Amino acid sequence: MHGTRILDEADRLMTVCNSCRYCEGLCAVFPAMEMRRAFSDGDLNYLANLCHSCGACYVDCQFSPPHEFNVNVPKTLAVARAESYAAYAWPRPLSGAFARNGLVISITAALSMAVFILGFAVLNDRGVLFGVHTGPGAFYKLMPHNAMVALFGAAFLYAILALVMSVRAFWRDIGTPIGGRADGGSIFQAIRDAGELRYLHGGGVGCYNEGDKPTDRRKLYHHLTFYGFLLCFAATSVATLYHYLLGREAPYPWWDLPVVLGTLGGIGLIVGPIGLFTAKMRRDPALLDEYSYGMDVGFIAMLFLTGLTGMLLLVLRETGAMGPLLALHLGAVFALFITVPYGKFVHGIYRFMALVRYAQERRSEAGS
Amino acid sequence: MSSKYDVLVIGGGNAALCAAISARRGGASVLVLEAAPKFYRGGNTRHTRNMRCAHDAATEILTGPYTEEEFWEDLLRVTGGQTDEVLARHMIRESKDILNWIVEQGVRWQPSLGGTLSLGRTNSFFLGGGRAMLNALYLTAERLGVAVEYDAEVTDLVIEDGMFLAARLKRPIKGETEIRATSLVAAAGGFEANIEWLKQYWGEAADNFLIRGTPYNRGSILKMLLDKGVQEVGDPTQCHAVAIDARAPKFDGGIITRHDSVVFGIVVNKHAQRFYDEGEDLWPKRYAIWGRLVAAQPDQIAYIIFDSTVVTSFMPTLFPPIAGQTIAELAGKLALDPVALEKTITEFNAAVRPGTFDHTILDDCVTEGITPPKTHWARRIETPPFLAYPVRPGITFTYLGTRVNKEARMLMKGGKPSANMFAAGEIMAGNVLGKGYAAGMGMTIGSVFGRIAGREAAKHARN
Repeated sequence: MHGTRILDEADRLMTVCNSCRYCEGLCAVFPAMEMRRAFSDGDLNYLANLCHSCGACYVDCQFSPPHEFNVNVPKTLAVARAESYAAYAWPRPLSGAFARNGLVISITAALSMAVFILGFAVLNDRGVLFGVHTGPGAFYKLMPHNAMVALFGAAFLYAILALVMSVRAFWRDIGTPIGGRADGGSIFQAIRDAGELRYLHGGGVGCYNEGDKPTDRRKLYHHLTFYGFLLCFAATSVATLYHYLLGREAPYPWWDLPVVLGTLGGIGLIVGPIGLFTAKMRRDPALLDEYSYGMDVGFIAMLFLTGLTGMLLLVLRETGAMGPLLALHLGAVFALFITVPYGKFVHGIYRFMALVRYAQERRSEAGS
Repeated sequence: MSSKYDVLVIGGGNAALCAAISARRGGASVLVLEAAPKFYRGGNTRHTRNMRCAHDAATEILTGPYTEEEFWEDLLRVTGGQTDEVLARHMIRESKDILNWIVEQGVRWQPSLGGTLSLGRTNSFFLGGGRAMLNALYLTAERLGVAVEYDAEVTDLVIEDGMFLAARLKRPIKGETEIRATSLVAAAGGFEANIEWLKQYWGEAADNFLIRGTPYNRGSILKMLLDKGVQEVGDPTQCHAVAIDARAPKFDGGIITRHDSVVFGIVVNKHAQRFYDEGEDLWPKRYAIWGRLVAAQPDQIAYIIFDSTVVTSFMPTLFPPIAGQTIAELAGKLALDPVALEKTITEFNAAVRPGTFDHTILDDCVTEGITPPKTHWARRIETPPFLAYPVRPGITFTYLGTRVNKEARMLMKGGKPSANMFAAGEIMAGNVLGKGYAAGMGMTIGSVFGRIAGREAAKHARN
């Protein structure tokens, strides 16, 4: 029927669910399902990416295991979702990176950090590497600003190109029957839905993680992680503007905008990933997509490392540890960037696009 | 050895949990004995999705008012007057407050589900369905300190002179095989999953019934109570039965095996003969009659036959329709006599008069000159592929029960109220539902009488 076994299973479940519909009020997946009577690969990948894994439909389902109908929507869609990342990855040969993602991410991170450390050590003498540098331009004594910009700019641009190409394939595949371009209203709706994690809420009851009580706090940890990441990104962007527009060089004093943004973001990037990791460890095995364990943990670890090395760099930037820490931090950020199109990072983009599509469908349904 | 509670609740569905919560809130110590394992807890409640409650104004989830009088008239119509007016009116009055009370117990409402717009004014739907509703009630009960035991089958009730003394257990709980309590609430459902018992009234035909709920609804508590002097109410052959897919599992297929495509085609029995007017009435009134109609046919099997033009006119189904490019091919797949089926469809097609089809109203598409007629929505079956769903009777619940009064107190044979025994839910639904059904009534009976039974049981225990 479908290209993969998991899509066959997702199709079977959506057929069961579409003849029941009790979960209609829990999230976006089921109303989107009800707009269809049959499910293409694209439809199923769309539904899989709409699912936020709140677990409510599993706990509420009268047909979940041990029932013979064996309905486990969160887990099935989680596996389908992970497989969809590989299916749409660009360029095709790199889609294999999703298969053993934890390994790929950790090797990339380790190599990247090692190269920065070695690079710093080879290009600078010991005095510079372990020296105490303060004042504007201190970081650039270890690595010239232009080299940093060239390297990270290239990594960033590549990540964007690969992401755009992958997401374009996904968007085309989930395009039927609506097709066409996304309208501003739908995009705005999707920004709101994603920004508040509207569908990570069990329809209002809360989310399930460890068992049959809605005690899950992944929404909070995800907010900390996501907004922490955005704040760190904002810190870097502001610093870049300072550098080029105002001619002010890093490091900046603690009260200055890039440092304030980075500190707040860094705290989020440390606390959030710890919470998400703990929740994953405690997750009910019935809900857990164990195949993606490496990918999920790899991404959480990269965000945590980025936050941690950044914060250490801030605290110890006026000591001899600054050189090695800068290397570690740059290594972590570099690894994070280049693995963006081939790791868990993509979940945010795919889910956002699915939310845009869902908003479009709702508007078109309301209009007809 | 035995331990003693103020209130013992036997059963684990909506009625049982409402009783347990209401008794606990009334200050009683409460133990709930659910015979099923935890996953299958709650009897038929796990398959429900809404409740019919009277209300004087539209709410966030209800599209308009549904007065007590209108509810009463609906009940009168579906039961053909076979109801206890005092009890029924009392239940309807109490149902108004249940809309809020049940929310206070953690249950959440949502607007009517897709495909059920006709219930949007009268029925309140549970967010996430019946199992979500149950989960909320269990969480609340446990938070309040109600003790709950699963796999806790009661094998005997010790009743003396209309007075409950103790319940005996199949499996000891904390080393004890007997539970004593000051009051008993029996909320253990009907006997729909007890095929042997069904056979007493239906004969061998009951072997061909499919049971829509769990295999644990065996009616053993009902039987014990009736055997020990509690007054019986209701016709034992009456039950809620709908036509469900013959490919459904024997038990617990729930809502998803139902078919509502009868109006879009014809229904034939194993001899390929039509046997009832497929266009008699609108959903949901027609919904509850087809189970009994199929039960009366040979081998308790029938086939809904339609053509490819109507496939998208009804909700998608769990099991796909069986298809044939010709009537004969379809008949072959259904193991029906091809000649007989072709003759039935040819005669039906010839009898269809022109009209304007509208399945949302009683339209003017009728047949002429055949018996039985199809009095609405009659259209020719002529565009291949030809399609069919095999259907069997799906038994939801039975109506035989224990007689109760307005306090949900059981009445003994001779009419004397029991000192300390109360009943709620399906086990006493026959007091209100002599026959027939209107969507969501089972849950109304469960919540209203459960709440009353718990309150009265706690009151008795305090005195």
